[in-house]
This record gives sequence, structure tokens and C-alpha cells, in this order.
Amino acid sequence: MSELPRPQIDEISRPYWEGLEQGRLLYQHCRSCGHNWLPARQTCSACLSTQLEWLQSRGQGRIVSWVVYHVAYHDALKDRLPYDVTLVELAEGPRVLTNIVNSRGGKALRIDARVDLAIEREGDMSLARFRLVEDAAP
Amino acid sequence: MRGRTVIAGIGHTAYGKHPGRDRVSLIVEAVGNALVDAGIEKSRLDGVLVKMANSEPSFLYGQRVAEALGLRPKLGCSLDQGGAANIALISYAAMAIEAGMAEAVVVCYGDTPRTGSRAVFNRPRGDEAIYGWYSVAAGYGLIHQAYRHTYDAEERGFGAVAVTCRANGARNPNAQLRKPLSMDEYLASPWVVEPLRRDDCCLVSDGAAAVIMTSAKLAREWGIRALVPILGFGQGQESWDVQHRPDLTSTMARASAETAYRMAGLGPSDIDVAQIYDCFTIAVLMTLEDYGFCKPGQAGPFCREGALPFNTSGGLLSETGTPGLQLVIEGVRQMRGTANLQVRNARHCIVSNQGGTMQTHGTLILGAPG
Repeated sequence: MSELPRPQIDEISRPYWEGLEQGRLLYQHCRSCGHNWLPARQTCSACLSTQLEWLQSRGQGRIVSWVVYHVAYHDALKDRLPYDVTLVELAEGPRVLTNIVNSRGGKALRIDARVDLAIEREGDMSLARFRLVEDAAP
Repeated sequence: MRGRTVIAGIGHTAYGKHPGRDRVSLIVEAVGNALVDAGIEKSRLDGVLVKMANSEPSFLYGQRVAEALGLRPKLGCSLDQGGAANIALISYAAMAIEAGMAEAVVVCYGDTPRTGSRAVFNRPRGDEAIYGWYSVAAGYGLIHQAYRHTYDAEERGFGAVAVTCRANGARNPNAQLRKPLSMDEYLASPWVVEPLRRDDCCLVSDGAAAVIMTSAKLAREWGIRALVPILGFGQGQESWDVQHRPDLTSTMARASAETAYRMAGLGPSDIDVAQIYDCFTIAVLMTLEDYGFCKPGQAGPFCREGALPFNTSGGLLSETGTPGLQLVIEGVRQMRGTANLQVRNARHCIVSNQGGTMQTHGTLILGAPG
């Protein structure tokens, strides 16, 4: 069975992926205007500054939307079916696509439900998955 | 700009499967049909504007198409905006004609994803593929889901779009999919990427289409009879990919329409028929709202009431999944009074095109001749 395509890790995005390896979810912060974002880039899209730094997210967010796959677009995804891909907005602002580890095949997901970071190993990589906060689950 | 340029000819190939055909040869066939429709010689064309092929972006593609047409035009390019490129090119052609840069411009598109590769539709989506983020449909699924929850929108509203397009396509002898769809069948159709059902998703098609534009003045000199004036156009760019977009339930389609309405001196209440880009049903609902035909969240009931005739040849859901130029062609037919499902006394038609996961949008307003 072939593997899923791996993220293109380069000099710009390396701190993000290394952060996950160390159990931390990092995002980029503009020291000039305060804008926060992901994925990594070399300039701030709000004020165009290059004065950027990486900060650690508290790992708390809310669900903006999600989809549930019932068809595998890659052989390596067949065992996951049905699985969710969920759009989460971090408390600090950046939005990430992720999986919710206790989504029950998507059935437990709700818009605005609170989620917490739950970093998981996937092969030799660490991924920023999330977990529905207990009291937010139906 | 209003009415100073016209669409003078339309042409397309058969829609569906073209095994063994090269996409450029399909474009040549469509342009040939448009020249016959306009009744002008190929040598009149001094502009060749081509929408990039979705399934194989390439360098100097506009020049390759012009070469296949045996032309050395003054204007030539290909444009990448996904499905919005057709209307964008029509608007650039209108401005170029108005500026005296060209006299007769063909805007064209062709592709062969049905018999060729569908990989572009099913592709892994960047660094998030490792989370299982695949396919064009999934991005629209995120928008569909957000819309459904924001407005507590019922599934039958999405279904009304699919049922309408399929009913119109069933009555179009040139449509690729001529099987009508009932609401019960829609609601029972299987998930592709939930919340998208199979019948929320457009066709995958081989085919090509072309429109020929010129100035109203030259068209009359050349004796072209069925001139359809271009009354207004606009564009709007959403830029951010869907996951980073601050608002999922409205796009720059609103700005695109406002620009087109202002140019045309018209508003939503002046529009008699619409051709709305229906790659997925959610795109139609949001476009109708952003175009001012109904309030946010109300497009489902609006479609169920049949308040505005739309996608009268079946749209991407039924006529052909080719991205967008067929909607312009059907708009021209409606304005000429020659459409298969002709809207009586239709004077103004609005057409939408969009691309990517709603990153790009174009609006065109056509008028009746004379």
C-alpha cells in the first residue's frame, strides 16, 4: 500500500513541523502589527512586514466546518473510512484543517464545538489533531 | 462600455466523451462552429483568448491554440482563474475592442477530463493531504456544511438546484445527462464527501466552446444579424483558499455583481433569466444571494418557488461539466430568442462564472438585440 503524500517541509515551514515533533503547535506572529496566521509564509499579509516570529498556541479552538469522507481518494485512507476533515479556528486566530480524534465518524461534530490539541503520530510524523472537549460533545 | 461590444457568434462541440481527441482540436472545432454562426471568415479574428485547461496547465497555451487556428492575432493569451476565466476573458476582450487593440476576438476553452485524466478533481490538497484532505468536492463540502448550519438551511433547498438543472437538461437534446432527478432521488443519492451528495456535484465532461466578440458598430457593418450586446461585467477575487477565508457563506461574487449591475445600469429586479455556475449546488445558492436575488440563507426557498428561471440548458449539473462558457452560450441563445427552453420576452440575462473553491468570480450581463 502506497503512502499518503508527505507535507513539503522547507526552510519556511520547518519550525512548524519541528514544533509538532516536540509536542507544540506553533503559529506565526507579526511583531509589527500583531497578525497571527498559518501556514508559514515569509511576509505578513496584513501589513507586509518581514518581522515575524513563531509563537506557541494554547491548543484551544472551535470547529468552523467539517466534511466526512465515505470514499477513499487514496488507498492509504481506506482504513480510516468514514473519517472527518475538520476546519478548526485556534483561539489565537489561525485556521487549520485537521481530524477530530473522537468525532465518531463525524457524528459528534458540531459548528462552534470546543476542541483541544491532541498531537498524534502518523507514520514517522507528528500531526496536529484535535479532541472534542468532553462537555462540548453531545 | 454598455452595449458597445457584442457577442456575434457562438459555437461548441458535442458534450460528453471525445475519446482520442486532443483538447486543442476540440477548441478548433468549437471556434469553427462559432465562425459559421457569426457568418464571418477566420481571417477577421485578431484576438485569441483561451481559458487555461484545468486538467493540464501549460506555458504559451494561448499561442498554441492560435497556431492551431492558423492565426497570428494581435491579442493572444491564456488565463488561469479556474472557471471564472471565461467571463474574465470576455471582459478583457470587450475592453481591448473598445480601446482599438482588436476588432474580432474569440474567447474559447476545451478540455478532455472525462476520457483523459480526472486527477485534478481527486487530487491531494497540499500539506493537509496527510490528514486525508483530498478532492475539489471537499472544499465545497466545507462551505455547504457552514451554510447549512449558519442558516439552518434544509436539504431540499440544495435539492431544488439539482432538480431544476436536471429537469432543464433532460429537455436539452445536446445535454450530456438527460435523466431528470426527483427530490426523493436527490435525498437518497449517496454521499461523495458528506454533506455533498452525488447529485450536488457537476458532471465531468470533454468538450469545447467558443464565443466571438466584436464592436456593435463593426458587427452591423459586417451584416451580422444576431448581435447580443454586452451590457455589463465585473469580477471579484476571494484570494484565500477555503480553509483560511474569514467568511465561508458569502464571497466577492457580491462585488462582482455590483460592478456589472452598475455598468449595465440594472439591478436584480431587471434580470429575466440567469445562468449560474453550478459546479456544486451550494455555489448556486450563494451566488443567487450575493447577486441580490434573495436574502442570505433564503436561496433554497427561492429556488423551490421557481422565482427566477435559471440554468435553462441544464448547467454544469446536466448539460456539460465543462467550466462555464456553455453558460454564456445559453445566455446568448436566451437573448436571441432561440433557446430550447426560451424564457418569453427575456430582455436581460445574468451569467456567473467562478473558479477554484470560489476563489475567483466573474459576472456578465447580456441584453436582447436591438
